[in-house]
Amino acid sequence: MGILEIKDVNKRFGGLQALGDVNLSVKQNTVHAIIGPNGAGKSTLLNCLVGKLIPDTGSVMFDGQSVLGRTPYQINQMGISRVFQTPEIFGDLSVIENIMIPLFAKRDGAFRLQAISSVDSQTEMRERAEEMLEEVGMQDKRHMHAASMSRGDKRRLEMAMCLIQEPRLLLLDEPTAGMARADTNNTIDLLKEISSTRNITMAIIEHDMHVVFSLAERITVLAQGTPLVEDTPDNIKGHPKVREAYLGETD
Amino acid sequence: MFGLNTKDTRLLLIVALLVVLAPFLLNPFPEGSALAQFNAGYPDLMQRFVIFGVFAIGFNILFGLTGYLSFGHAAFLGAGSYAGVWMLKLLTINVIPAIIISTIVAGMFALLIGFISLRRSGIYFSILTLAFAQMAFALAASVLTPITGGETGLQTSLNDPRILDAASEGGNIPAPSIFGLQMRDSFELSVGEWLFTFNTGYYLSGIIMVLAFYVAIRIFRSPFGLMLKAIKSNQQRMHYTGVNTRPYMLACFVISGMYAGLAGGLMVAMDPLAGAERMQWTASGEVVLMTILGGTGTLIGPVLGAGLIKYFENIFSKINDNLLHQWFAFLPDGMEEFMVTIIHPFIGKGWHLTLGLLFMGVVIFLPGGLVEGGQRIARLFSRKKPSGKDGATTRTEPAE
Ligand SMILES: Nc1ncnc2c1ncn2[C@@H]1O[C@H](COP(=O)(O)OP(=O)(O)OP(=O)(O)O)[C@@H](O)[C@H]1O
Ligand SMILES: [Mg+2]
Repeated sequence: MGILEIKDVNKRFGGLQALGDVNLSVKQNTVHAIIGPNGAGKSTLLNCLVGKLIPDTGSVMFDGQSVLGRTPYQINQMGISRVFQTPEIFGDLSVIENIMIPLFAKRDGAFRLQAISSVDSQTEMRERAEEMLEEVGMQDKRHMHAASMSRGDKRRLEMAMCLIQEPRLLLLDEPTAGMARADTNNTIDLLKEISSTRNITMAIIEHDMHVVFSLAERITVLAQGTPLVEDTPDNIKGHPKVREAYLGETD
Repeated sequence: MFGLNTKDTRLLLIVALLVVLAPFLLNPFPEGSALAQFNAGYPDLMQRFVIFGVFAIGFNILFGLTGYLSFGHAAFLGAGSYAGVWMLKLLTINVIPAIIISTIVAGMFALLIGFISLRRSGIYFSILTLAFAQMAFALAASVLTPITGGETGLQTSLNDPRILDAASEGGNIPAPSIFGLQMRDSFELSVGEWLFTFNTGYYLSGIIMVLAFYVAIRIFRSPFGLMLKAIKSNQQRMHYTGVNTRPYMLACFVISGMYAGLAGGLMVAMDPLAGAERMQWTASGEVVLMTILGGTGTLIGPVLGAGLIKYFENIFSKINDNLLHQWFAFLPDGMEEFMVTIIHPFIGKGWHLTLGLLFMGVVIFLPGGLVEGGQRIARLFSRKKPSGKDGATTRTEPAE
């Protein structure tokens, strides 16, 4: 049994079958990549996991509990964090504030009224946020206005916002898109280190095969909403069906 | 100091100082001089400055932090006013219980309206709050007459029970007071040509405004305040971060409503009369203007906006053609007529026009309101003198 069990999930948008009979099991503490051509339904699948979309049929179990019928914040409180395809950060706030908010949410739960104590007096929280910034290499950007950063930095920030919550399952939707090569490599190293040292399971969507093959222990290939194959990276590399699905997509 | 950082402490002390010294600062022109017209240091107006300051500070806690634009905040002001008058009628002519109960009643009213209105955001939220406020206004003016006094309004009267101090007064309707000191009591100080008035009601309201301002700073700097700013910035992200935004919004809405109720309570403490028009949409719109004019989301902006609008309303509206003729008497006759004709639409009843133009100018050229204007001026000055380590800081400081 994996920590994440997706069974017979279907999702239609009008006449379009975005997901068709998706079955997927992600084992605890592994990095599981989901690849596939544009429009294959990868993001739609993640949307079904975090409560953004509700599948038409099927079940999604996280650690033995169903996530269906729960709101996004409840699912996050279960231990699932997500990095979005287009970065979702608090653009109006500073980088350090962006990191502290998920930390408050982790410590205080979905709601806690603390209207009088000041943010500055929360030194322990601040220190942890600073450590996280250092880990993703953004310590000198701590006071920057988040919206004014490059796309790659926004992604790194969003990843830090997710990581600081120490989720049990981290969902990453193209985490290195828009990053410079050096940042991509740093991100690979960071994710590698995190997956080996902490109890974090990762499901990662990625078009960059370098990233996929550096990180993934299992790979699922999705095409037109249905899993084509699931296997180890080595087997996927030579798989004829995969080559077929990707032929003409990349070159 | 007071759990604030140095910058905020300084701001708080400046505000406190301005409140204390207002009777001097607002009366810069000698009595009887041509410019005495522009003096604002009389009790009635000074009270309005600080009371609307409280109203706007509270409104800004909602609008400035979360971006939710309520078009019905006057309903809480009105509810607070009615509750306050009732306390003066039933309990005691001492204003303290009235002010406290006003705040609580408005808070409960805000809980109800907020619970429903916050199911929607953006324009739908605004419309819902407006609908509720108009409903409250219409009810107060008609069906609820036994409680609100209908169109004549609610006021204290001779045969009020006032269970705590009914016996102490003789044949007159007592004036609101605080432990014997009447709100309308004033001490006048004349220095040469100048006359300064120190009024009990003003100082009570002023102290309460400074306290309200202090609490607002604490809220802005608290984790709660940070969560609210985050909701404004990206509500989606908040949900995927594990935060239930509804209770945060509701708490904010209730706090904001309580500020409005406090302002309502202070109004009746100064003048024990409450009418339905206090709940009308124009009153709700006014606090929106005050906040935007001063600087939405800044700490001091709403207070400045409230002051400016009340100043316009009370000073510009009193300038008439006679005064204009006096001022332009030095010009040749034709020119004098011409100037008076040109300026005429902007003064007296035309003060709304002046205010409207000013408002448009601010929104178009200074989206950050008066505070942004002040910051730009300050930057102009600081750029002139060379500073040692500038440019190293990349931070775009959010407006305070
Ligand atoms: N909310 C929606 N409403 C209607 N159609 C949608 C919606 N979301 C996705 N789709 C459609 O479903 C299909 C799958 O989209 P999805 O975003 O899951 O693809 P993807 O695999 O993530 O692609 P990409 O690699 O480009 O991100 C696409 O055809 C898309 O247009
Ligand atoms: Mg996608």
